[in-house]
Amino acid sequence: MDLLDFARGPAIEFSLAVFVLGTIWRLAAVLLLPRRGDLSKAREGAPSRVSGAMGTVFRRMWPNKAFIHRTIFTTLNSYVFHLGLAIVVFGFVPHIQFIHGLFGVSWPGLPTNFIYGVGVITLVSLFAALARRLFHPVGRLLSGVSDYISWFMTAAPVLTGLLATSHLGARYETLLAIHILSVAAFFIWFPFGKLMHAFLFVFSRGATGARFSHRGVNV
Amino acid sequence: MNEHVTAISKRRDETLGDALSRQGISRRAFLKYSAYLASIMALPPSAAKVMAEGLAKARRQAVIWLSFQECTGCTESLTRSFSPSLEDLIFDFISLDYHHTLQAASGEAAEAARRQSMEENKGKYIVIVDGSVPMADGGIYSMIAGQTNIDILAETVENAAAVIAVGTCAAFGGLPFANPNPTGAVPVSDLVKNKPVINIPGCPPIPEAMAGTIAHFLAFGKIPELDDLGRPRSFFGETIHDRCYRRPFYDRGMFAKSFDDEGAREGWCLYEVGCKGPVTYNACATLKWNGGVSFPIQSGHGCLGCSEPNFWDRGSFYKPLSASTAAPGKTIAAAAAAGAALGAGAAMLARSRRNAHLKKD
Ligand code: SF4
Repeated sequence: MDLLDFARGPAIEFSLAVFVLGTIWRLAAVLLLPRRGDLSKAREGAPSRVSGAMGTVFRRMWPNKAFIHRTIFTTLNSYVFHLGLAIVVFGFVPHIQFIHGLFGVSWPGLPTNFIYGVGVITLVSLFAALARRLFHPVGRLLSGVSDYISWFMTAAPVLTGLLATSHLGARYETLLAIHILSVAAFFIWFPFGKLMHAFLFVFSRGATGARFSHRGVNV
Repeated sequence: MNEHVTAISKRRDETLGDALSRQGISRRAFLKYSAYLASIMALPPSAAKVMAEGLAKARRQAVIWLSFQECTGCTESLTRSFSPSLEDLIFDFISLDYHHTLQAASGEAAEAARRQSMEENKGKYIVIVDGSVPMADGGIYSMIAGQTNIDILAETVENAAAVIAVGTCAAFGGLPFANPNPTGAVPVSDLVKNKPVINIPGCPPIPEAMAGTIAHFLAFGKIPELDDLGRPRSFFGETIHDRCYRRPFYDRGMFAKSFDDEGAREGWCLYEVGCKGPVTYNACATLKWNGGVSFPIQSGHGCLGCSEPNFWDRGSFYKPLSASTAAPGKTIAAAAAAGAALGAGAAMLARSRRNAHLKKD
């Protein structure tokens, strides 16, 4: 079994198992936590908890006016790499084929060259996010090893994917194997680091929104 | 009889140049042929002349062709190449002293011919092998004239100048080597350690790759540059995908979804229907088959990756390269159940801690 066979077979199977186990473990552990009931009466005119929760989930997609100047770069840059990642992951035909092989669903893909361009922009944006973390005093203070690992686990598949597509640095099968292994590493790390925000952001924002809207505050 | 033997040894002594003029082949035609060989081997233009001179001076090369666990497809490929082929020409240059399918002698006489050639051309003959070598149970799954393939190979390569493993079975084990490999098949390179082994894989290999490699050996007296899998770089230096005429469709993201849809009819890329061209090193896309008429992708079928090791065991031929070869359904279901149990357990623990805390208060 060579590296590519290992990557396409056992490595992906194992990493998906860890991904599913870890993600469900963390979600169940959070969602089944005992909730502290709020016995207070809702503020007059307060929206229902559900709409308060939903409102916050969407409102937090753009920073509050008071913070916009200070956070504009982070916000825009985050949009760039999040959208870039979504386009690359779900628009590239070989990726769609990967998903189709696992779940049997597929959709039309985008041109390879376009995906390549988006991939480059995404990578640049990820490096900008890293630079900000490293050089901004507050960012640096707030960052721990786990954050840098999460950054690496996200950037590595983008970089290796670009190298594989452009056949740069090694033979294609080696690059493809390394790319698939980097995705496997991403899956394994996902539930245990901050990448889990991809699932948890809805619940954390929702919980905050529900609690505060009950008190008549829009956050 | 004596006259016949003298004629044969005379032929052996004559150079290729002599043989060509005897056959009425002009120097110009020969130069053209050498230029063709040099170009398909990606040698610089200046090498064509050197090659022509080397070939003209070369004497007929003794070749012993051993057929082990194989289907004779490799020989078919070589002999069915178009006529008057360059391969024919090259094979006029060699003295094929032993070959099951092509030799007239049989039985003991055939084995005697092999031993005679080994004796007469000690240290100079080339051994070509097609087929893998079965090792299980003492090698009894393939025997010739009462000898196992293991023994014949060891005996024959002992005084050879070089060994050429033609076909994926000889080069990498091929079909007999595929899981569960009941005969314990191994490639030639696993057994021959003290001689240069050139792999010319393919199921079957391209005739020009076989002929070109032999021509290189004849002209330059050494083996061509090889890649890390022992394949001549000139024929196996690029992937099918690198030189595929459907590549623009790949780049534009236009893929056939099935073998009879519009994309397939329009000649779009076959990646989604399982083409292994991106990881297959071979010259099919440039040299093509049947005298340059076509190759599998041109005929509408994805590349199977037949010149790569383990191509039988790399998942379905029709599964896209990026798709996982695993079928993780059960593993994922088990992981989901385990994750849910762990999560519920953690939450229950938190609840009981909270309750204990509340009781204390
Ligand atoms: S048909 Fe195969 S080799 Fe040709 S471009 Fe598509 S994937 Fe590459």
